[in-house]
Amino acid sequence: MTLITKFLGATAATALCAGAALAEPALIFDLGGKFDKSFNEAAFAGATRWAEETGGTFREIELQSEAQREQALRRFAEAGANPIITMGFGMADPLTSVAPDYPDTKFAVIDVTWLDQPNVRQVGFAEHEGSYLVGMMAAMASKSGTVGFVGGMDVPLIRHFGCGYAQGVKAVNPDAKIVANMTGTTPSAWNDPVKGSEITKAQISQGADVVYAAAGGTGVGVLQTAADEGILSIGVDSNQNHLHPGKVLTSMMKRVDVAVYDAMKAGEALETGSVVSLGLAEDGVSVAMDEHNAALITDEMKEAVAKARESIINGETEVVSYYTNDTCPALDF
Amino acid sequence: MDMYLTLIQLLDSTVRLATPLLLACLAGLYSERAGIFDIGLEGKMLAAAFFSAAIAAMTGSVWVGLAAGIAASLVLSAIHGIASITFRGNQLISGVAINFLAAGMTVLVAQAWFKQGGRTPSLIGKARFEPINLPFAEAMQDVPIIGPLYFELISGHSILVYMAFAAVPLTWWLLFRTRFGLRLRAVGENPAAVDTAGVSVVGLRFAAVGICGVLCGIAGAYLSTALQAGFVKDMAAGRGFIALAALIFAKWRPWHALYATLLFGLFGALETRPDVIESLIGMKVQGQLLSALPYVMTVIILAGFVGKAIPPRAGGEPYVKER
Repeated sequence: MTLITKFLGATAATALCAGAALAEPALIFDLGGKFDKSFNEAAFAGATRWAEETGGTFREIELQSEAQREQALRRFAEAGANPIITMGFGMADPLTSVAPDYPDTKFAVIDVTWLDQPNVRQVGFAEHEGSYLVGMMAAMASKSGTVGFVGGMDVPLIRHFGCGYAQGVKAVNPDAKIVANMTGTTPSAWNDPVKGSEITKAQISQGADVVYAAAGGTGVGVLQTAADEGILSIGVDSNQNHLHPGKVLTSMMKRVDVAVYDAMKAGEALETGSVVSLGLAEDGVSVAMDEHNAALITDEMKEAVAKARESIINGETEVVSYYTNDTCPALDF
Repeated sequence: MDMYLTLIQLLDSTVRLATPLLLACLAGLYSERAGIFDIGLEGKMLAAAFFSAAIAAMTGSVWVGLAAGIAASLVLSAIHGIASITFRGNQLISGVAINFLAAGMTVLVAQAWFKQGGRTPSLIGKARFEPINLPFAEAMQDVPIIGPLYFELISGHSILVYMAFAAVPLTWWLLFRTRFGLRLRAVGENPAAVDTAGVSVVGLRFAAVGICGVLCGIAGAYLSTALQAGFVKDMAAGRGFIALAALIFAKWRPWHALYATLLFGLFGALETRPDVIESLIGMKVQGQLLSALPYVMTVIILAGFVGKAIPPRAGGEPYVKER
């Protein structure tokens, strides 16, 4: 009897200690995987920066299937992780059902802006504004007047990218032709570089000489083929200029790393119940300029991009969002 | 003429997309003709894709990479063989296990070796299969009709493509014109008869599974070292399963396997050119429909609407000498 009491006491003590020590943040990666050289990898970079600066640790999981979303959320919440940062629009529904069950836990979600939960911080990016700028550069760099867009999985978010891009292209060259393709309609579309290559080749045969890939791991194949075939490509989310120096025109950077870093830094004091929108003004989206693409960027391009950026920020130029009425004025998907 | 060039480009893309399917389909053909169902084609391709890219990146030689890819695929084949032939386990379960094993292992090993997040470094120069220009391709380029056909479609593929197409008549000859082929087919229909004739059932089945491994290895290497310049996680993207569908569609016959995979490749190529379909039939066709077509057609064949697909009779059953 005494032995059992001792054991129970020990267990309880361990559990208490664990509870006290476990107020560490958690990060849930989307299906593209932690190392997609793009969206999720940016989040990982932000989290790593936080861990290095503060010496803290964070818990993480890479989702393998849709079914794991809610399960992972509940597991982290049960384990006392706080805040729990989740990636991607796919987490919207699981959050709606899980967040009310854990009112003391704070959640953050990237790429979702339409929820109404007091303990969820929603972070949205103005991808269409960043894509508009790279679209302008694509149109200026194109000699054929035809540019391409390769999307990953056919979801509103990716159309949102494509729509901003098309508007930027048309702003520079109203007669430009935009060839847009989606890789697929299932999550495997984020990791099919072979198909990305074929789509790129098909777009080249239609005259495209600059291709913008918003397709996660599939984009690796797009950038590779563009480099092989001697045309220019545009990377997405992370700075992908270094993948093929001198052959990637630029990258549309979405500072997911900053959003994740900020959320982790705020810790349990994270401000929730709000929607944070990161656009050009907040440097939430930007155009990558570094030594790898310096030779491709003309002064004219730099000037045009800087001017457009200013005018979008102060509202003179309006980039139409695909979300507004689920259509795009410049591109028909 | 413009339409003609588009057609050539479309067929060119068809050939590239059909090649991994064809190799995997022939791989499945050997295995299933010998009575061993193999749904692990996907996993073997994936493992081969990784190891060929990884070793090619380390050694700088694509041929060493190819050998490593084939070796990796053979190891998985051996596991499948030991589980389902020697220990008479369930062939489907063993195949599923191989798919899971390959999906996890490739990313894990890649991360441990290269620290680039489950992918290999980009392959450059000799670490990659370059397109081969057949003789006179440049010179013939300007000849009307035949010129573009020869230059764009027939020339300019990597050597693995030519190997894949050569494997079709070779497979036909091996299976239907040699003693080995007769025995191999017999083992899939009636292993007891083969055993009675004094030929080793286990030996033949292992040989078939081994050939399957080699072909899957080439298919995987083609993905990562010829079509792409490196490995990305899950890059087989379901091609092993489409190859299985093609195998049923082809009713387990080599020449038909070629036609089936070319057809499925054409669907894939058309998916990248919605504008061509639109101009041909005058209306927009969703890409999803095209990517679903291989499966739809296989179901139709299986349901018996178009001919009948009868699998090898002893397929899926382990051979027990005496009860």
